[in-house]
Amino acid sequence: MQLTIEQVRKVAQLARLEFTEEQLESFSAQLASIISFVEQLKDVDTEGVEVLSHPHALQDALREDEVQEGLSRQAALANAPAHDGECFLVPPVLG
Amino acid sequence: MELERLSAVELGRRIAAGELKCSEVVRYFLDRSIERNAALNALIEIDEEALNAAEEIDRRSSRESRRSPLEGVPIVIKDILCMEGKRTTCASRMLENFTAPYTATAVKRLLDGGVLPIGRANMDEFAMGGSTETSYFGVTRNPWDLSRTPGGSSGGSAAALAAGMAPLAVGTDTGGSVRQPSAYCGVVGLKPTYGRISRYGLVAFASSLDQVGPMAHYVEDVAALLQLMAGPDGRDSTSLPAAVDDYLGALGKPLDGLRVGVISEHVEHPDVAPEVRQAVQRAITHLTDLGAALEQVHLALTRYAVPTYYLVAPSEASSNLSRYDGVHYGYRDRPAEGVESPLVSMMSRTRSHGFGDEVKRRVMLGTFALSAGYYDAYYKKALKVRRMIAEEMRRAFERVDVLVGPVAPTPAFSLGENADDPVRMYLQDQFTVAANLAGIPALAVPAGFNDQGLPLAVQLQGAPLSEATLLNVAYHLQQNRFFVPRVAEWK
Amino acid sequence: MTLDACQLVVGLEVHVQLRTQTKLFCGCPTIFGAPANTQVCPVCLGLPGALPVLNRRAVELAVQTGLALNCAIPARTKWDRKNYFYPDLPKGYQISQFDLPICGPGWLEFPDPDAPEHTLRVRLVRAHLEEDAGKSMHDEKSGRGDSRIDLNRAGTPLLEIVTEPDLRSPQAAKAFLTELRLLLTYLDVSDCNMQEGSLRVDANVNLHIDTPSGKVATPIVEVKNLNSFRAVERALAYEQQRQWQQWQRDGKQLGEVPKQTRGWDENQAVTVPQREKEESSDYRYFPDPDLVPIAIDAELIERCRACLGERPLELRLRLQQEYGLTAYDADVIVAQGRALVEYFEMVVAKGASAKRASSWLQQDVLRTLNEQNLTIEQFPIDADKLGELIAAVEKGELENSRARDVFQYYLGHPQAGLEQARAALGIVQVDDRELTELCQKLLDEHPQIVAQAKAGDLKGLGALIGAAKRRNPNVDPRKVRSICQHLIEQQG
Ligand SMILES: [Mg+2]
Ligand SMILES: [Zn+2]
Repeated sequence: MQLTIEQVRKVAQLARLEFTEEQLESFSAQLASIISFVEQLKDVDTEGVEVLSHPHALQDALREDEVQEGLSRQAALANAPAHDGECFLVPPVLG
Repeated sequence: MELERLSAVELGRRIAAGELKCSEVVRYFLDRSIERNAALNALIEIDEEALNAAEEIDRRSSRESRRSPLEGVPIVIKDILCMEGKRTTCASRMLENFTAPYTATAVKRLLDGGVLPIGRANMDEFAMGGSTETSYFGVTRNPWDLSRTPGGSSGGSAAALAAGMAPLAVGTDTGGSVRQPSAYCGVVGLKPTYGRISRYGLVAFASSLDQVGPMAHYVEDVAALLQLMAGPDGRDSTSLPAAVDDYLGALGKPLDGLRVGVISEHVEHPDVAPEVRQAVQRAITHLTDLGAALEQVHLALTRYAVPTYYLVAPSEASSNLSRYDGVHYGYRDRPAEGVESPLVSMMSRTRSHGFGDEVKRRVMLGTFALSAGYYDAYYKKALKVRRMIAEEMRRAFERVDVLVGPVAPTPAFSLGENADDPVRMYLQDQFTVAANLAGIPALAVPAGFNDQGLPLAVQLQGAPLSEATLLNVAYHLQQNRFFVPRVAEWK
Repeated sequence: MTLDACQLVVGLEVHVQLRTQTKLFCGCPTIFGAPANTQVCPVCLGLPGALPVLNRRAVELAVQTGLALNCAIPARTKWDRKNYFYPDLPKGYQISQFDLPICGPGWLEFPDPDAPEHTLRVRLVRAHLEEDAGKSMHDEKSGRGDSRIDLNRAGTPLLEIVTEPDLRSPQAAKAFLTELRLLLTYLDVSDCNMQEGSLRVDANVNLHIDTPSGKVATPIVEVKNLNSFRAVERALAYEQQRQWQQWQRDGKQLGEVPKQTRGWDENQAVTVPQREKEESSDYRYFPDPDLVPIAIDAELIERCRACLGERPLELRLRLQQEYGLTAYDADVIVAQGRALVEYFEMVVAKGASAKRASSWLQQDVLRTLNEQNLTIEQFPIDADKLGELIAAVEKGELENSRARDVFQYYLGHPQAGLEQARAALGIVQVDDRELTELCQKLLDEHPQIVAQAKAGDLKGLGALIGAAKRRNPNVDPRKVRSICQHLIEQQG
């Protein structure tokens, strides 16, 4: 399929990725070649075939409603790029 | 004493018997690792703390029973499995300074068995790649030829084994990432049945395909490692509830009546190098000598395995990797100046600068395949073909116990060789990804060397939960000197 | 054309926090108001490698709710990921349900706010389980300062209930929500506390307008930030006006402009446009590979059905049929919750008439509960005692106003029985001879009242009754009246 720069830009936005114009072009070319490669699946007749999203037909993995020990706040915040000892900090959500 | 020549099980026995001091064993492999890592870059981190645990084992009274046959034996662990208090980077700038506050179930079971982690193995960034070239911490080199790749994504684990830096290693396999580097480095590597080893604490690449895999020079060591790590886990909804077999106990049982299938499409594939094809032929001969019945098996759909995989895996990855946005942990970039939303800018720049190109390619591909208007034609289509491939393989295992074929089309390729052609790189996985799509176990078994001195390998695949059979077949090949475990030496 | 030509059309999305001990996919507690980031673990922090495991209780509560809402419960349900970036969503996706929700189509009937003896029915599209996000806090004062993220709430189980656009007025929307909350409270599946965010409402609103050239629909607006049922009612009324004016200005119809999101501003009493998420709504739903499907078998459904008990709608009807209460009275009692209904039934079982019991409950009991901020479980007068008291009135053993004295006495003396109260309050039955003597004495003292009565004006009798009660608080006013009348007649 043809992939326009605009489409790639939109996908990048969905994926929260930023590219320079130059990167955008090389990515478009690579993506297009991968997409045309995977498009050979069109040759497979999948009429009436169910999707397979799990390798095994497992079901009902359930847990009892019992409290388990979690992490201390200190441990939870230990890897945070920014925190105030209580909360994670991020640039303003409301611009 | 060249400890790297001993099997892990033998090392464990000698430590337990008091013939070797555990701390000396650990010191030996630490020194070897430090020395050899300079040339290989197989380990992201070497952990001397293992010595403390080793000294504790040495102090232990002889009356205490062993925690496992591998107690006191050093191991290297791919830097994608969380271990409390240790940096877990996934070879990415994104997690360069991430210290895991909890331990993966597979690792916890190793620790409970007294296995001693001495290093964090290098890998392709977030396990995306087949050459360990996409690591943020630099490429890993193949000990058999430093100009070549060790394979990937578990290239660090395989290279460390091949170089005798540790007798045991753990990798992960999403599309061949344990088997292909094992093949390139001349070691035994198992991708177990999906769900046999808990994924809890394994940083996800593609959740429905990822499996932790044991790696070693000796088949019995792989069996012993699997024995420790396998089993149901209440923290992983996709772990299999089935009881664990006695893998070590199964080794050496006669192979009479074993039905072996040869995958015609793979053996005769034009991409397969002659010496790889010969290796498979040689394996077939050995197996018939051992009493196996042979059959040709046609897997017509496996040619669609790679395109299927390259839709399923990136789709899941695009979602799994959304958590790396600079908010709660990991790398964070500054927002650009004067933008409308500093938050959005921070997130986008974090992801753009925190991820390498291969990761971004796959995230883009997966985002595309799941997006409105393309979902049915790409992602959903791939899931349907996936079912067809899985069913074709299941039908094959109604007729045979083991499928034999190549792991990769060629021996280890040169560094940089496939770097600028993603599709060619992806085709390295063409014989391995079907096992992940179908969730079946698959084993890379060494098969000697080509005339350039590069390791060769064959792949054994079986029905779900047939690990004991696969390992036993490989054990017979090992005992029959189809391959001889060997450590790479270089000047 | 006037506003009369336009019909308000409303559908609601209600997020209900289920009453579990732990989160939907991890063992962290869900206690409201804990210090920030103290109820977290690798799973709900979305740490690399952590995996979700489903809470069995959440499934049971969802099925129970679905059954109570007359929903079809599928034999199998599964989990999907809804992908979007937001700092209070630690994984970059929310685990939710897309094409196989745990509760299929259903409906809820509730009293018509315009005619309590009738009910309205709203159809439900579905109800699905999902995990809640965390909380972002913005420092309003410092303007562009950092936002703070608390993930205590992240992963809390929510049931999202989606209605068809069947509501036709702000009052009906409020009545629906009131009934829904009451039902959920009866089921004990949720706290339904809007202040604590355990019940949240979004509304989809537009107008259907009759024009000379046929019916037209205005663009649908999603109204968020509705923090109380009153806010829902006011915001819908506001939107009705606003969309009507908007349509008169631009004539835009459904489909001609994208769906707009507006937030209700409580202080200004207006809705204001909210900034759209830039990806619009491409959530890239796909089956969550970390979770497996759930089979909902007949056994689970039966077990959940057995937990339902009588629903408010059924209770109202039963109170009317079994006890002869009016629809209004039945509604007032049912609206107070299951415990008060049980209290009422026990009072009646002790010999009180349903009518008198209902009026005592609505006046004396509820007033006291309100004044003293008590629940019926904490109320010091148990149902047996109140039943006995009302029964005494019923039998004429106790005069109504003296019964109220006893009621007050009981409030201060929770251990006291009727005999003790009578003794303490000096309540003795006045015999007829004594009463006749008192009445005669009063008539003698007030000849002008007697004269008026003879002339047919009985107004003055009230004063006599008051005087009688002052001299002996135990007299029965009705008897005083009848004896006085009798004595006056005898005088001829
Ligand atoms: Mg929702
Ligand atoms: Zn948690």
